[in-house]
This record gives sequence, C-alpha cells and structure tokens, in this order.
Amino acid sequence: MNAHVSNTPGIPLDDDALIGALRSGDERVFVDLVQRWAAPMLRIALVHLGNRAHAEEIVQEAWLTMLRTLDRFERRSSLRTWVIGIVVNLARSRARTERRSVPFPEEPGEPSVDQARFLPANHPRWPHHWAIEPVRWPTPEDDLLAGETRQMILDAIAALPPSQREVLVLRDLDGLPAAEVCNVLGLTDTNQRVLLHRARSRVRGAVERYFGGTEAK
Amino acid sequence: MIDQNLPEIPCRELVELVTEYLEDRLPEADRRRFEIHLEQCEVCRLYLEQFRQTIRVLGRLPEESLSAEARAALLTTFRGWTLARRPGR
Repeated sequence: MNAHVSNTPGIPLDDDALIGALRSGDERVFVDLVQRWAAPMLRIALVHLGNRAHAEEIVQEAWLTMLRTLDRFERRSSLRTWVIGIVVNLARSRARTERRSVPFPEEPGEPSVDQARFLPANHPRWPHHWAIEPVRWPTPEDDLLAGETRQMILDAIAALPPSQREVLVLRDLDGLPAAEVCNVLGLTDTNQRVLLHRARSRVRGAVERYFGGTEAK
Repeated sequence: MIDQNLPEIPCRELVELVTEYLEDRLPEADRRRFEIHLEQCEVCRLYLEQFRQTIRVLGRLPEESLSAEARAALLTTFRGWTLARRPGR
C-alpha cells in the first residue's frame, strides 16, 4: 500500500481535512491512517527496538500521544512526519531506558568503498582510480526484490548503525524530504547527508558482496 | 584531461560525493568536475548506476503492517478519545 495516498475512496488527503475528520470522530479515516502509516512508524520504531512486539507497542503509544496533542499540532511539518517524529522520540527514549543502545557513538569517517580497491596515490597514470571494479549485478530491479536477495538487503539495513539506519529508513524507504528528516531526527543538513551516504554505500556494498564482489566493508 | 582549468576528481574521491551529487548539493565547479569524470570513466558510471539502483530498490521494499490485535486496540483508543472530547462530558 502506498503510504502517501489512500486507496480507500472518500478518505481526505490533505492534513486540514484529516485533522477535521479525526476531531469529528471519523473512525474510517483513523483506521485508514493507522494502516497507511503503519509501515513508516514500525520501521523507525524497529531501528531502536529489536523486538517486533515492542515496536508495535511504541506505535500504539505514538497514536495515543498524537491524539492527545492533536490540538497543539503546529503544522511545521506534514501530519505524517509529525507522527513519525513522535515515534522517533518514544523509541529513542524506550531504547535508552532499556539500555539496549548507548547514545550514538560518533562514528569515525568510513570510506564508501574499501580503499584497497583503488590504485595508490603514486600510480604513474591513474592515481586513485579503480583497481578492482564494482562487480556487475543483475540489472532488473525485480531480481533484487525477490526472495533471498530481498532478505539480504533487509539484513544489510538491519546491520547499519542506528544513526545511519534512521536516516536511510526515513529518506529512502519512506520517502520523506531531507528537511523533514533533519527536523524529526534533530540533524543538520550536512550530517543528515553524510549519514545517508554512508548507509547507502554500505547497502550497495552488501549487494555487491552478495553477487560475488570483493567489497571488504 | 579535457578541461585544463579543473583539477580532476579521482574515482576514489568521486564515490564519496555521489549522494551530494544526486541531491544537487555539490558546488557548481565540483558538479562539473564530477560530470566530466563520469563522461570519461565507465567504471564510475557503473558505480553511480548501482548506487541509484540501490536507492530505487530501497524505495520498493515490502511494507510492514500492524497486527490485527494492535489495530483493534487502536480503534478502541480512538473511540475512547472521541467520547472524552464530546461536549458535556
């Protein structure tokens, strides 16, 4: 189901109409939103809570918080982004309480590609050009989304450090704009892009490795 | 290299700039150097295409959904919230 557009006829799409419908007690709209936003809410909760049942609890708690504070919603972002932000805060604080995760350590800069795959700086003709080229993989995307390959990609995402995974999930899986991701996660624009780039580079590396690559990272 | 005024970006540096390039956040001179490199380097074109493909695949992963129990509990929550807001209560 597309998270942006309701498949149910007669469900309003703009935030004003949605808020109005919720305030008037429209159950159909509420049920539709719960369904439509379940994926982004669960994904971001799962970044911090390893356990599916705990992630569902956080999603429920987030909806309760959302309803209780709806009258104070300031519309500095879309309603959907605001709700996702509530999940981020609840999930982070739950993770802290359970000491499942220490505060994100500053990760040292890591190269996008194993440095050993490039020629040395003193190479007479091609300094710092490719020595070991990327392994080609099947080009139809549908092949990457099938069965075992898809699971490998999901595993690669799950293995990311939480700070990278948060950004990747919100930007590339849920399709939030950069500015809203910065807002929700409390990141600067530059930081957001660095984390996104590292995460994407790692996932690309995992796909390459899966297809027989030599990526060491 | 084609443009004598622009120092070349080596492949090792280009792979670090891909997201900035895709997000259109590279300064104009760097964007030109990036594109000049791409024109000349088949391997980096492959790398960029794999990067783009990775992003497209990430956007098409299957979606999670809430359990029936959680959805039922949420509907109860919503009904309670609606009732509590009714005037006169």
